[in-house]
Amino acid sequence: MAAGMSRRTFLKTTALSMPAATVLMGCSGEDQGETAEYVFFTAAEAAFIDAATSRLIPGDELGPGAHEANVPGFLDLQLAGAYGRAERWYMKGPWPTGTDQQGFQNRLTPAGIYRAAIADIDEYCRSTYGKPFATLPHAQQDDVLKGLEANKVKLRHSPANTFFALLWQNTQEGFLADPVYHGNRDFIGWKLIGFPGPRYNYVGEIEDYGKPYKMPCVSLAGRHPDRSIRET
Amino acid sequence: MKLRRRPWARIGIAVVLALLIGACSGMTAQPSDADAQTRRSPGSYVEVTRGHYLARIGDCKSCHTAKGGKPWAGGRAIPTPFGVIYSTNITPDPATGIGDWSFEDFYQSMHEGVARDGRHLYPAFPYPWFTRLSRDDVHAIKAYLDTLTPVRQRDVPNELPWPFSMRSVMAVWNKLYFDAGTYQPDPGHSAEWNRGAYLVRGVGHCGACHGSKNFAGATDMDHPFRGGMAEHVYAPDLTGSRRTGLGNWSVADIVEYLGTGSNDITSAAGPMAEVVRMSTQYLSASDRRAIAVYLKSLPAARTREHGAQDENDIDASVMRSGKAVYIDDCQGCHMDGGKGIPGVFPPLRGSSAIVADKPQTLIQAVLEGARIPPTRAKPTGLQMPAFDRKLSNAEIADVLTFIRNSWGNHAGAVSEGTVGDLRDTLGSTPH
Amino acid sequence: MARRRDPVDVVLVGFGWTASIIAQELTGEGLEVLALERGEYRDTVPDFAVPHIQDELRYAVRKQIFEAPRRETLTFRNNRQQRALPMRHLGSFLPASGVGGAGVHWNGQAWRFLPQDFELRDFVEQRYGKNFIPEHMQLQNWGVTYDELEPYYDRFEYLCGVSGQAGNIAGIRQPGGNPFEGPRRRDYPLPPLKRSASTVLFDKAAREAGMDSFPCPAANTSEAYLNPLGVQMGKCTYCGFCEWFGCGNYSKASPQTTILPVLLKKDNFRFRTHCDVVRINTDTGGKRATGVNYVDADGETWEQPAEMVVLCAFAQHNVHLLLLSGIGKPYDPETGEGVVGRNYAYQITSSVDVFQKEILNPFMGAGALGQGVDNYNTGNFDHGPQGFIGGGYIALWNTGGRPILQHYLPKDAPHWGSGWKKAMRENYLTATSIATHGSVMSYRHNYLDLDPTWRDVYGNPLLRLTFDFQPNEHAMSNFLTDRATDIARAMHATSIHPKPRKGHYSIIPYQTTHNTGGAAMGDDPRTSFCNRYLQAWDMPNLWVMGASVFPQNAGYNPTGTVGALTFWAAEAMKRYIRRPGPLVMPS
Repeated sequence: MAAGMSRRTFLKTTALSMPAATVLMGCSGEDQGETAEYVFFTAAEAAFIDAATSRLIPGDELGPGAHEANVPGFLDLQLAGAYGRAERWYMKGPWPTGTDQQGFQNRLTPAGIYRAAIADIDEYCRSTYGKPFATLPHAQQDDVLKGLEANKVKLRHSPANTFFALLWQNTQEGFLADPVYHGNRDFIGWKLIGFPGPRYNYVGEIEDYGKPYKMPCVSLAGRHPDRSIRET
Repeated sequence: MKLRRRPWARIGIAVVLALLIGACSGMTAQPSDADAQTRRSPGSYVEVTRGHYLARIGDCKSCHTAKGGKPWAGGRAIPTPFGVIYSTNITPDPATGIGDWSFEDFYQSMHEGVARDGRHLYPAFPYPWFTRLSRDDVHAIKAYLDTLTPVRQRDVPNELPWPFSMRSVMAVWNKLYFDAGTYQPDPGHSAEWNRGAYLVRGVGHCGACHGSKNFAGATDMDHPFRGGMAEHVYAPDLTGSRRTGLGNWSVADIVEYLGTGSNDITSAAGPMAEVVRMSTQYLSASDRRAIAVYLKSLPAARTREHGAQDENDIDASVMRSGKAVYIDDCQGCHMDGGKGIPGVFPPLRGSSAIVADKPQTLIQAVLEGARIPPTRAKPTGLQMPAFDRKLSNAEIADVLTFIRNSWGNHAGAVSEGTVGDLRDTLGSTPH
Repeated sequence: MARRRDPVDVVLVGFGWTASIIAQELTGEGLEVLALERGEYRDTVPDFAVPHIQDELRYAVRKQIFEAPRRETLTFRNNRQQRALPMRHLGSFLPASGVGGAGVHWNGQAWRFLPQDFELRDFVEQRYGKNFIPEHMQLQNWGVTYDELEPYYDRFEYLCGVSGQAGNIAGIRQPGGNPFEGPRRRDYPLPPLKRSASTVLFDKAAREAGMDSFPCPAANTSEAYLNPLGVQMGKCTYCGFCEWFGCGNYSKASPQTTILPVLLKKDNFRFRTHCDVVRINTDTGGKRATGVNYVDADGETWEQPAEMVVLCAFAQHNVHLLLLSGIGKPYDPETGEGVVGRNYAYQITSSVDVFQKEILNPFMGAGALGQGVDNYNTGNFDHGPQGFIGGGYIALWNTGGRPILQHYLPKDAPHWGSGWKKAMRENYLTATSIATHGSVMSYRHNYLDLDPTWRDVYGNPLLRLTFDFQPNEHAMSNFLTDRATDIARAMHATSIHPKPRKGHYSIIPYQTTHNTGGAAMGDDPRTSFCNRYLQAWDMPNLWVMGASVFPQNAGYNPTGTVGALTFWAAEAMKRYIRRPGPLVMPS
């Protein structure tokens, strides 16, 4: 990676159009997540995302959660990239309202939905609790999330349950996708459930009925995706 | 039927006609002076066909065609330890090719390594091997080359530093290392063996890659098949050595390998894949067998000091790390225990290619991937993907060391530096 | 004005399964064949190579292996009273784009349809009487019989190296196979795949529940396989990344792993990628196709003249092209007249999630690694008392255990939070799911036409889909779900969670990519677009491949039948090229 090029610029210019594994191999050794410099989220948005995903998948007695798995960093890159821009979606108007069966009919891209919804939710939290979402006690954060899920909180730009469903889906992705996408750090998600990652040969094990599979987790970048990121 | 008629079913006839017409038009397209007529006399159909066959066995086209270039028009870069040599245009273009060459000119180049203008050729053109061809066979090759479409393309100057740039150096070289002479059958062996020896030591020029070369780039002609470097990779031992050579191969194994690109022991990779695809798959069944019989008669090479290595000599941590990479990245196809899947993915255990003295061919396969050559007999062309982006030099070194020293294999450890060197070379070399 | 290319004998629209088969067969006849593919070139290496293909997020979730709706989509409504709206991202079904088509990303579930499926109208009328057929159900015979297709099923199965257990060889029952299947001439080319923990449980439970369980037919090779074209396939390693991925080790049948190594070497075959066919051209009388127009990657339009035009695109894309080209009479649901867009059908699926105590290691699987029962497919049981037509199979497919999309949680599990985490931890390794795969009949008001509002990247009207599940299908699917629940109970699970298909058809959740019809085959030009050889009734040099020709859909994955019909049509084309003209005269 060229000297003097910030991670932000690097990711903006190359990362999002290249296979993730390639990108990671080329990244410099910054420890993103803790000191995350976000590509898409503003500081306020990042605070919301970190807080919300930490309630959706909390760190608890079963182990670390969305924060530790760097789900916010995952979401940031996803929204900054092709997915955030709805690059493969059909986004031509007009935009009439459809039935539940007709699916997504929102002129906003996923990135646009997040941007608008986070602002709307923080505004709702300020007017209801006097504080933005990120600084609310956990119980109140949970109440807000439940309100979004049940579409009881009204947002200005998107139906609350549409945003909640998107956030929850993307949070699971960040927790369970291959670590080359920067989430699921240290295989936190896979270790929780027992998925060994993209392994290629179970000929010798598939008939060992009832026996746990013992090999360690692998990513598309190998057993130590973080090390690959930092070393190369 | 109203569909557009295409004589595909008669394609074989069309090719033959094209050959004959090519031969005839070559004649008529020439200036009408008698000299040119004799220089490019049209060969008989039988002779042209035999020349085509021999040119294939010699794999002439591979070297005399640049990547993406016009066939036979030369320009392919051939890296040597002394510099880059570019192959020449051997189409019958009078100005830039060999259209003006008489048979004697051509024979002199093949037999003595001296071009028509008297300049010495470099042995990247394997005249030390071609010298053994009979005049008849050289005549047939010339007759075939005369049927090619002339291409006007000037040769690319070689990139050789002084003193190698001086052709006269080659006169000295020839004195030291080159013996001209047509192959003389050995009456102590069968006709089949002699045919095999003629092909292997002559037009097939197998030792050009499979033989070790001295500091001057000359093959050890007394023991020309004990393995050697070919461009960046290693062409393994072809002698009867059980571990690194063909000692455990049967004649049928060799026949299958040459004809199809793979057998139950291994499959062709790297430059040999191209040789099979372009050349050996077209060998007649009897010539394939003759070659196998000859190769099987080569006595085992002595064991080299950097050859076999006891498994205990290798650091246990390297073996552990190599095994992890093997399980994660190789076992999907090469299976548990390096068994492979016969006929599909080559086994890694008990394979002489795996325990070859030098590991460069294996390193190249891991870095760049490899393709079993698609042949008429086995058209699939199964491919191994490249792992250059996924695996570090150390991981490649460890996994190859593990593979070379597991399941009964024993061979030298592969160093991270060797992998790094080849990665750098391949990365900076157009190929 | 389109620039003109040199004419060819045969132009194929699309380069997936059907195009590869037709190309292989017709180049063998000496014809010059050209395939035009809208997507990109893809091969096992590098495109499906192991260092990157097993990427659930990229391929299965972000759907990068499928067509992009930005370039091609359709509009959808449940009924004619609604306004159809664009399908803005993929959901219910996942058409492919690129060389190999859906043959790259399919699971490999390689079924034959039942003999009755091809003569369904006759079968239902004879068994239950005409009055049994609900109003507006457009039940039709296919014009071809199982016995006629049998040799071609055989060819497709041997092309692909299908792993399975025969149930009926030449009329003789085979133990362990599907006892209801039509007679096959010989065994499958390969033995069944290994069983996974969950398919073993299903097998035992299905037998306990009194059903006939068998290993489902799989175009995933249980052993290395050399097919009749000389193409070598690998051996499945149960990596669990078949469905929605390309196969990295040559063990899932696809055009790439079965045909292309031979086809691409032929001098009389060519293909062009990033070429989107936008029109079928016809002569002034409209009696003959003269070729196609396509747009290349630079946006330039070309005319490609050809003596024969074969539509080999995905089902609804073939129909879209016919409608855009004004070929055939568009279907009018008001009058019931017209054939293009008629007979659109789909499938109705449901599932029963099963939660066990023991470890099942769901991630060890293969796309078509399944154990099934066929006791409740079309004619295999008396559905008269149930009052519906059709049926389907019930199977436990162990396709894989990809964590984002292939995890199952008990009904009462919390949706998120610590409770969700706990449920994930406790169930991922021990849960599985039984699927039902039901037929859908064709109806007067389920159809395809052109949308009046939305347009594609070329300014052409999008296709409009009007479709909903009908009471017959819901009744059938509920019945199947109940039978699947019987099996789930017999698995002695900790808990089960039946998920019947309820309410209106929705474009959102993935169900199947088994969209059918719109250019049906048949024996009557008033109700079918093409004859029994897949040749257009009104335009003998135009042919339609794929599931577009199904008059209604059966209770099986369709690829086996699509493959058989393609070989069947190829044989007919070989007769046609000797004597061009209609192969069937309408009676």
